[in-house]
Amino acid sequence: MGAPDFAKLPHIGESVRRKEDLRFLTGVGQYTDDIVLPGMCHTVFVRSPHAHAVLRSIDKTAALAAPGVIAVFDGQDVAADKVNGLPCGWLITSTDGTPMKEPPHPILAQGKVRYVGDHVAMVVAETLQQAKDAAELVAVDYEVLDAVVHLADVRGGKAAALHEAAPDNHCYKWAIGDKAGVDAAFAQAAHITRLDLENNRLVPNAMEPRAAIGCYNRASEEFTLYVSNQNPHVERLLLTAFVMGLPEHKVRVIAPDVGGGFGSKIYLYAEDVCVTWAARKLNRSIKWAADRSEAFLSDAHGRDHLSHAELALDKDGKFLALRVHTDANMGAYLSTFASCIPTILYATLLAGQYTTPQVYCEVDAWFTNTAPVDAYRGAGRPEATYLLERIVTRAAWELGLPQDELRRRNFITQFPHQTPVALQYDSGDYPACLRQANELGDVAGFAARRAESEKKGLLRGMGYSSYIEACGLAPSNIAGALGARAGLFECGEVRVHPTGSVTVFTGSHSHGQGHETTFAQVVAARLGIPVENVDIVHGDTGRVPFGMGTYGSRSLSVGGSAIMRALDKIEAKAKKIAAHLLEASDTDIDFSNGEFSVRGTDKKIAFANVALTAYVPHNYPLDKLEPGLNETAFYDPTNFTFPSGTYICEVEVDRATGVVRVDRFTAVDDFGVIINPMIVEGQVHGGLAQGIGQALMELCVYDRESGQLVTGSFMDYAMPRADDFPEFRIGHVCTPCTTNPLGSKGCGEAGAIGSPPAVINAVLDALRPLGVKDLDMPASPRRVWEAIQSAPSVAKA
Amino acid sequence: MQVQLTVNSKAVTLDAPPNTLLVQALREHLHLTGTHVGCDTAQCGACTVLLDGRAIKSCNVLLGQVAGSSVQTIEGVAAADGTLHPMQAAFKECHGLQCGFCTTGMVMSAIDLCNRQPDASEAEIREQLEGNLCRCTGYHNIVRAVRQGATAMKA
Repeated sequence: MGAPDFAKLPHIGESVRRKEDLRFLTGVGQYTDDIVLPGMCHTVFVRSPHAHAVLRSIDKTAALAAPGVIAVFDGQDVAADKVNGLPCGWLITSTDGTPMKEPPHPILAQGKVRYVGDHVAMVVAETLQQAKDAAELVAVDYEVLDAVVHLADVRGGKAAALHEAAPDNHCYKWAIGDKAGVDAAFAQAAHITRLDLENNRLVPNAMEPRAAIGCYNRASEEFTLYVSNQNPHVERLLLTAFVMGLPEHKVRVIAPDVGGGFGSKIYLYAEDVCVTWAARKLNRSIKWAADRSEAFLSDAHGRDHLSHAELALDKDGKFLALRVHTDANMGAYLSTFASCIPTILYATLLAGQYTTPQVYCEVDAWFTNTAPVDAYRGAGRPEATYLLERIVTRAAWELGLPQDELRRRNFITQFPHQTPVALQYDSGDYPACLRQANELGDVAGFAARRAESEKKGLLRGMGYSSYIEACGLAPSNIAGALGARAGLFECGEVRVHPTGSVTVFTGSHSHGQGHETTFAQVVAARLGIPVENVDIVHGDTGRVPFGMGTYGSRSLSVGGSAIMRALDKIEAKAKKIAAHLLEASDTDIDFSNGEFSVRGTDKKIAFANVALTAYVPHNYPLDKLEPGLNETAFYDPTNFTFPSGTYICEVEVDRATGVVRVDRFTAVDDFGVIINPMIVEGQVHGGLAQGIGQALMELCVYDRESGQLVTGSFMDYAMPRADDFPEFRIGHVCTPCTTNPLGSKGCGEAGAIGSPPAVINAVLDALRPLGVKDLDMPASPRRVWEAIQSAPSVAKA
Repeated sequence: MQVQLTVNSKAVTLDAPPNTLLVQALREHLHLTGTHVGCDTAQCGACTVLLDGRAIKSCNVLLGQVAGSSVQTIEGVAAADGTLHPMQAAFKECHGLQCGFCTTGMVMSAIDLCNRQPDASEAEIREQLEGNLCRCTGYHNIVRAVRQGATAMKA
């Protein structure tokens, strides 16, 4: 079935209330730390207090003698058992043809520690308290080395080397685009806009801290790993094939209820391997649950770019070329997808919504003494959008044009559109999104609102952002050609039960996205049965055939499409059964509203009756057809999907205090076909909060001398709270995706991608009358106040 | 250390070390795992329960401090027959939850808020929910849910 027919089915576009809510609202959801297993013991990690140091010695004697302690393991124990380091899933090749530097990433430090929080030892004890107490008794002798944490300090290549493999701390230099063509376009430009900016380092901070329980059964030689994770099959693949050398059929990974991910739970972490490895060594179930401080230290962080961008325009404001250089912080080791974030998922988006014929981007990636950096909601695309939408607004102001006018002049209007940076957009209506955002945000009334603000002594500004993202990761062959070391398809199994109810097994994982409802709507719509008759199972390699998991807004467009393919097979087989029962040819059978009918007659039979016949095949074409109604499909997308939209932010700035208040935020998105508008809007709201949080509040700070994490708790790292936001204004435009059967594009990351530049452009718009031209995120009261104080008009006064 | 208290209308006696936090007593001794731990600095509010009717962060109270008190957790909010409390129902109706981790604490805070201030404005709700962090919803639908729940609680 194709997208146009699908979108007309019942339940599609209906805000069905979520099936998953009851367990969460009554406290019976089961997150990893809620699980208690017989004989379970606990582990605590000894973490490095230094950003960079040689491990001279580790004395475990006192810890081993402490009450309740079962074992203390360090890097030597891991090495003795030949447990490999953590792999990076994406190979980036440098411009000189050499592969990126991939230094070892041991699960427990070998000889050196490279960031505050690096894993030194694991202490296993009967109780958590005993493990914590004993961890204090592990005596580690460190020889402290110079540390480098900031891109500005590492990019000269002179800082103390973290890894032998990268003496200048340089991981790779990568580039995309036609440099000579871009340079030639710049030579012809009537106007060039330049911009230096920082994309601030963030801590994802899913509300459930990471946790893992490793279990082992000596009799069957089977492992079970419960883990707060977004993609259990990928976790298992990395754990078995790359790190521990275990047979996959002996390892079951269960990601039960997971309290948010936002990217930070995609990866295979050292703790996950440690509890699995130690479970067999000790023949015990071992639980590790991070406290929040530990999560700040050890979760993969996000963003952390320094960029310089130049935009060439002709005399009419048409973009001729974009030239970008970006330095990206990888942290101390390469996390699972770290290398592809500032490259494949970043620079390919730099054409944005615009016809810019030439784009060239060069990226240098660096190792620093900080936690590894990897995908965080949006992953590369927010960084691209922030850069592009900031420079476009700056160009508009330099040319004396309204922000929306310059965008409109450069919008792509013909599809498919091939960009100069590899992607081919299949569909979109960028002017429609802009138009609707202008209406919904009452841009016409802005001048009056600005005057009102002025009466209160406040500065008001309005900022635009027109974003595009590449979602639905990804065509496996393209990803492979770009360096991916795994496929990026998805798997779905549809199991029709004898009475016509359905269980779906999906490789996508839901940790807030509402798959249990949205996916059930898809199945219910196709089969013409009630949503209540469909249950979705996910997050368990022991139940789901296979899967690549949830990230990159791929669940519906890829995971849902796999289910659609399985439903195609179900429908085809059920038609044959119906044809037999109705004594007709299967080519004459129609299926709609849950009934099979013979075209041109009144003969029909209900879906449930066909299902029953499949399992009670007394009157059944057994010579031609197997009994049963259970189909599995693997869906590999043929292209990325391209959600897009225009966001408009209005802020009020108090010039006396520098406090910025978001007064109005309008988001108009094109996600293609929407299954459940309530859930989709919820995804937008959450993304906006994270994007506005990045723009105004959030900043992960390491001390540039000592390498200590300064923002290591919710007391120090500003998390957005309920009173930091207005009610959001949400609108939709729908141009169906042309490359998948649902017509769906993905909605999980849009809010976080599109909003930061809208906010900063708004703040700069408010401050423009004072002569403030630049401001880095987060636009905290202190930064805004300082910008106001040093503004030409204020400094002179 | 023996401590007697009432949890979800049942009298319980717990034998626990003196450094036991209320949240540990609830989760580890009584297996009421609907109360969550999202931080270690009393900031996130995932562990919010009602102590003698008022919302408190159970990670920030020792078990010994609540001897003789009455504690209500999320498990004790719905009616015995499973009928949801109006605030729980409002969260479902308004899509005021996504991953569910902050939800239980959020609902407990919201119940206390609406008991004290049945006519709270949107701005007041936002201000009073400052002690509960949510990373999924952007608070938009939580605020809607609390307003709807407040109305339903008055009915």
